[in-house]
Amino acid sequence: MSTLGDLRQKRWASWLPAVVALVAVFLFPLFFDPLDSQTSDATTALAYVVFALGLNIVVGFAGLLDLGYVAFYALGALTAGWLASDHFTGAGGDSGIDFGVSSFAASLPGIHLNFLLIVIGAIIVCAIAGAIIGLPTLRLRGDYIAIVTLAFGEIIGRVAQNGDEIKIGDYAFSNGRESISPIDQLNFPFVGEFDSATNVRPYFWAVFALLLVVLFVNLRLRDSRLGRAWVALREDEVAAVSMGVPLVKTKLMAYAIGAAFGGISGAFLGVFLNSVNANQFQFGFSIFILAMVILGGLGSIWGVVIGAALLSYVNSNLLPSLDRGFVGDFLTDAGLDFTLSQINFGIYGAILLLMMVLRPQGILPERRRKMELTEGIGGGDESLAKAKA
Amino acid sequence: MEAASVSSPARPRGAGAWEFISKYGLIALLLALPTVYGVIDLVNDGNLARLGNNLVAGLSNGAIWALIALGYTLVYGIIELINFAHGEVFMIGSFVAFGLYGTLGLTESTGAGGLALGLFVALLISMLAASSLNVMIERVAYRPLRGAPKLAPLITAVGVSFILQNVGILWRGGSQRGIPDLIQAQRQLFEIAGVAVSRADALAILVTIPLVFLLTNFVTRSRLGKAMRATAQDPEAARLMGINVDTTISLTFLLGGLLAGAAGIIYALYQTQVWFFQGFTAGLIAFTAAVMGGIGNLRGAVLGGVIIGIIQQIADNRIGVQWTPAVIFAYLVIIMIFRPQGLIGEETREAG
Repeated sequence: MSTLGDLRQKRWASWLPAVVALVAVFLFPLFFDPLDSQTSDATTALAYVVFALGLNIVVGFAGLLDLGYVAFYALGALTAGWLASDHFTGAGGDSGIDFGVSSFAASLPGIHLNFLLIVIGAIIVCAIAGAIIGLPTLRLRGDYIAIVTLAFGEIIGRVAQNGDEIKIGDYAFSNGRESISPIDQLNFPFVGEFDSATNVRPYFWAVFALLLVVLFVNLRLRDSRLGRAWVALREDEVAAVSMGVPLVKTKLMAYAIGAAFGGISGAFLGVFLNSVNANQFQFGFSIFILAMVILGGLGSIWGVVIGAALLSYVNSNLLPSLDRGFVGDFLTDAGLDFTLSQINFGIYGAILLLMMVLRPQGILPERRRKMELTEGIGGGDESLAKAKA
Repeated sequence: MEAASVSSPARPRGAGAWEFISKYGLIALLLALPTVYGVIDLVNDGNLARLGNNLVAGLSNGAIWALIALGYTLVYGIIELINFAHGEVFMIGSFVAFGLYGTLGLTESTGAGGLALGLFVALLISMLAASSLNVMIERVAYRPLRGAPKLAPLITAVGVSFILQNVGILWRGGSQRGIPDLIQAQRQLFEIAGVAVSRADALAILVTIPLVFLLTNFVTRSRLGKAMRATAQDPEAARLMGINVDTTISLTFLLGGLLAGAAGIIYALYQTQVWFFQGFTAGLIAFTAAVMGGIGNLRGAVLGGVIIGIIQQIADNRIGVQWTPAVIFAYLVIIMIFRPQGLIGEETREAG
């Protein structure tokens, strides 16, 4: 007899691997020295997971291909640069404007705000930017959306790179190709200030906490009214709208929420890397994150987490170690003068190509999306019929 | 789709006005940059020589963009896919052309006759190389996804584009690379009222015009061209009429690749430098051109190419090279929002 209790147990069973994995990730830095490069690589990797989860909302849930996701990295990081450095030197007199930061940061000129406020600022900036970028794409068809988002991403990247020429009052928009640096250390209420020069672990746990929040919001969103509306729009826009799904609001929410997650991660990376360098804001970054989402499985939250972690690992550890190891030796023996790290984006391109051709549903597919991708939209009924027969 | 467009429902009131505003608004917007700087020139210098020079350089640059844009528009017209890797095919065309300088022994001191013959051979070979690459890309990356949702081939296109960029990095390194200036590209041919026409300008325009002429004739007159147009209109019906749709699609990629290869060698001779990233920028500029003219529309692609070439040249010369991409993307966004069907109008299935 299947009872509610059984179902609840099954639910727990399906949650168990995720919980075990999260606990393992939480303990991860304890296995390494406080300053080990593994810990800082893992910190970046978790930030990338947050990016990928944000992009997954737009591309995976709502089915809107966004090729300009780097824009939100740029805006999030710039927000951190503006609100946690001496970029606005003259603001608030000699000791600057400060709130909730250590006495050292408070004594510096410029604006210095607590990281939580910066995150909120980045969320607001990116959500508005996401909605603005989304607005013109509402009337467009799928492939045009991709190009418009790509164009916006490039425009924001260009503006950041040449931001030293744009003056707002006495201050530049960004430092252009020079970084905005240094940026304040992380600082949480009741915890105090971290110091990445002596210990990276707190940064890891900080981004892990951010990730947990984002993950929770993602899971709840997926099962919410809004999440179902996204999937309905993705599968058949006309049908969804005629069933009463509000098109404009639903799509804009996807853009804004996806962008906000990107902003959170961008702000964190700005602080973690201690500088905001506009040269990072390249088209390649958008594709890097897209490759994570495709690899993991469009629309599959846990798949995207795995895909992002995997690809970050490939980027920061596997390729360099292969270059130092047998692949590097092989290339040298063959008289080829290049390393795998040099052509990493070619490798991510190959991942996109191979995944889409061979396994479009990703490593850990979401069931619904798999049906769409392998049988085409509208093929779902047929497969249901087959399953019943 | 088709049936719906035939018995088009009563247009909402104001649609005509919107059509008028969006079309002429776009034209006004396109004319804005030349007009503004023309007036500035007249005030400052008392003549239009600087603007004239911008226009000539823009026209010849635009010829290159037009060749690439035709590749986008052909492919979009037939399978409604933005062939994102098309810019990279153009880049590989440039690299092949540069490679052939060495193979054919072309140097800056080669005599005029030998140079002309050598470059003609190089042109043919780069065109063939680019077109076979383009056909191969279609076979590997797009054909397996014919029945998949539309985003799938677009994602593989992005993937192929990155793969080819990295092939470019492996082939010629990661930085801009100066190559021999075989035709002394910047040497002035003649000058009219302060407007100089260089050899590079002449080359770009003189190679482009016959190619565009041949292409339009092929598409409108030949049997295969007819098959292409039929497939573009309705692949299923075309198949029923005995047209081999797969071959026709391959042929389309072949034609697009030929033009991209030609654009590649012209670019190499014109700019006298090549690098792996040239395809990305050129691809987006040319795509903007194709959309501006109305995607799927051959005349539109040429018109768009020329216009975008002029805008790009003015932006390079007056606003600053570092801002040019931002200016062009801004135009792209504005066109896509207010007039996605372009200046002349689209000729695709969805347009109806």
